[in-house]
Amino acid sequence: MSELKLLEETLAELFARELKDGADPAAMWQRLEEAGLTLAGVPEEAGGGGGGLDEATLVVRVAARHAAPGPIAETGLLAGWLLAAAGLAVPEGPLTAAAGGSLALRRDGDGWLLDGAAPRVPWARAVERIAVLAGGQVALVPVQQATLSLSANLAGEPRDDVAFDGVRIDAAQVGAVGDRIDAEAFHRRGALARAAAIAGALERVLELTVQYSGERVQFGRPIGRFQAVQQEIALLAGEVMAARAAVDAAVERPDLLRVASAKIRAGEAATRAAEIAHQVHGALGYTEEHRLHHFTLRLWAWRDEFGSEEQWARALGEQVAAGGGDGLWLLLTTTEEEQE
Amino acid sequence: MTYRALELRQPAPLPHEAELRAEVRAFLATEEFVPLCDAWLAGHDPCFSRRLGVGGFIGMTIPVRYGGHGRSVLERYVVTEELLAAGAPVAAHWIADRQTAPLLLHYGTEDQRERFLPLIARGECFFSLGMSEPDSGSDLASVTTAATPVDGGFLVTGRKVWTSHAHHSHFMLTLCRTGPAGESRHEGLSQLIVDLQAPGVDVRPIALLSGEHHFNEVVLDDVFVPDALVLGTLGAGWTQVMSELAYERSGPERLLSTYPVLAELVRAVGPAPDAARAAAIGRLVAQLVALRRLSRSVAAALEAGETPLVEAALVKEVGTRYERAVTELARLQLPIEPHLGAGGRLEELVAQAILAGPGFTLRAGTSEIMRGIVARGLGVR
Ligand SMILES: Cc1cc2nc3c(=O)[nH]c(=O)nc-3n(C[C@H](O)[C@H](O)[C@H](O)COP(=O)(O)OP(=O)(O)OC[C@H]3O[C@@H](n4cnc5c(N)ncnc54)[C@H](O)[C@@H]3O)c2cc1C
Repeated sequence: MSELKLLEETLAELFARELKDGADPAAMWQRLEEAGLTLAGVPEEAGGGGGGLDEATLVVRVAARHAAPGPIAETGLLAGWLLAAAGLAVPEGPLTAAAGGSLALRRDGDGWLLDGAAPRVPWARAVERIAVLAGGQVALVPVQQATLSLSANLAGEPRDDVAFDGVRIDAAQVGAVGDRIDAEAFHRRGALARAAAIAGALERVLELTVQYSGERVQFGRPIGRFQAVQQEIALLAGEVMAARAAVDAAVERPDLLRVASAKIRAGEAATRAAEIAHQVHGALGYTEEHRLHHFTLRLWAWRDEFGSEEQWARALGEQVAAGGGDGLWLLLTTTEEEQE
Repeated sequence: MTYRALELRQPAPLPHEAELRAEVRAFLATEEFVPLCDAWLAGHDPCFSRRLGVGGFIGMTIPVRYGGHGRSVLERYVVTEELLAAGAPVAAHWIADRQTAPLLLHYGTEDQRERFLPLIARGECFFSLGMSEPDSGSDLASVTTAATPVDGGFLVTGRKVWTSHAHHSHFMLTLCRTGPAGESRHEGLSQLIVDLQAPGVDVRPIALLSGEHHFNEVVLDDVFVPDALVLGTLGAGWTQVMSELAYERSGPERLLSTYPVLAELVRAVGPAPDAARAAAIGRLVAQLVALRRLSRSVAAALEAGETPLVEAALVKEVGTRYERAVTELARLQLPIEPHLGAGGRLEELVAQAILAGPGFTLRAGTSEIMRGIVARGLGVR
């Protein structure tokens, strides 16, 4: 078995164990952190767990398959990535990250001043520190020093508006990334994180739907015996696999073509999969009691975060059009070896 | 009922993929053809196939000792992708290269391999598939074409329909009954290589809705097939047919049949399209990225010796729907009236794609059948 496959099993066991009824999210986080998995993909020199983007996105995907709560993607894939790139040590505990908006960092004597606001920062209220990217600098800022305006996404995950008003930051907590990482690169990374999460939630939606179709009996037989239901479930599987394939391609090479494709395809799959899964589950799946909604609510929320299908499709379409009709096939088939 | 997750293999990078693609492109640059939609069915050009064979791009996976090139499944995959993306006329040799050659390698006798494989690799020997009959479509096991043993071989009688290019292929790999069907209905079927020039073979055209002549009715009336042209084991025809289905259903021809439309659409909207057109193109490209990866991961599983029938059915179901989606989105982006005779431009390619479209989700097993296979593979029913 490959190392990634092993890691996938370890993660699945961990989440299943820690998220059994009466789950304690703090305990889950601790187990994950002890295993070095909250910072998967962050270099060891920066205090991370090492490994590549494949491991980091695997953690996010499997976490989403279990509807694990907390800023799992934000801590490693976003904040950890920013901090390590800026040469800053990555602290323990959950983190989040913000970029763009009106955020601005300027010099102030031997330190820095942070001003401005960022809308809908994931999990801001639930973390102690936030990594802020502004003007080629990354700062690690205590969330206490921000003004939060609380909000949430459709799945109830915190998405808080964050404002800073002349927050003074010690020089040791600020590092330069120059033009290596800008707000666009951050946005792209966030899109990949959400696409990976969508792929994970989709896997569970398929599993729940297949199982339910074998349990629910109508007209004297399991509904999965009806061809109309089978056909819908097969369509659902097509969505799940296509989204997963697009995410795999983006993880292997996170360029605009592939990340945009992953977010677009995962977003499309989220829409169709939620539709089919709810249809097959009948009224029971529409209730708070049934667990399907843990996954479908997240799918509906995540498809719009870090850019919807339409926004990414425009960006991708513009790039493709600029390259012309013959350029498209070259863009699709350029291999790693050629690019280097 | 237990849920079975589908597996996606991570395709390992193919060494020298860029060089291989460059070789195919260099070959294509010396050829003159107007790009076609659905070129692997519509673009029948034996001369092109012969030159492609000389170029070393047919029989890629056939061992060198049989006149092939001893390359991997993924190398063949890359080559076929390049040919389809270019809309090159590859139909003449397509079935022989994709299906007949692997079957001969797995099940053929030494004599059959030595006789057919070098010719196939040179692009000089074309095969058709004689599976469907008037009363046997999706329910393929119900074929009634019968092969009766006689001295030294069989006499074959029956009717095959929808037989693509039987009017200019040399042979037809024919699925027929040689024994009772048994309880599974899959027993007693055999694959015979029928020489389409043999006495008793009558190939009659069936016009497509466009008036074009691609497929045929092939009437077999006591056609003698020598024992030497039985492929594999008598009575094991079903298993043999199934063994190649994953190749047949998961390849790039299940998603690229309308790629020339997409490329032409990008050309037609120009370098700075408005937001709606950009978004339409963006979505089609994103779906293609996903499908290419999906299809290639099945190819990687095939390369590793697996038989991913469920995943292949899924690729075909999603891929062929995509092929039609390209047509439908493309026609709405610009004020065009698709028609034939527009010389390779968007109107012409969209027209070809519309007219070829119904076939995408029927041939090689309909989408409904594919979805049934996927559902069963997941553990439903
Ligand atoms: C362009 C083209 C080229 C072809 N080339 C060849 C060739 O070279 N050689 C060859 O042998 N054949 C060829 N075929 C035939 C092809 O394999 C058949 O069309 C296919 O197997 C479907 O059979 P049918 O057309 O008889 O449809 P049917 O099987 O009659 O199906 C009609 C409809 O009923 C549905 N249906 C049938 N059974 C079920 C079921 N159990 N559950 C749900 N729905 C069902 C089908 O999905 C379809 O929608 C070709 C077809 C096309 C379109």
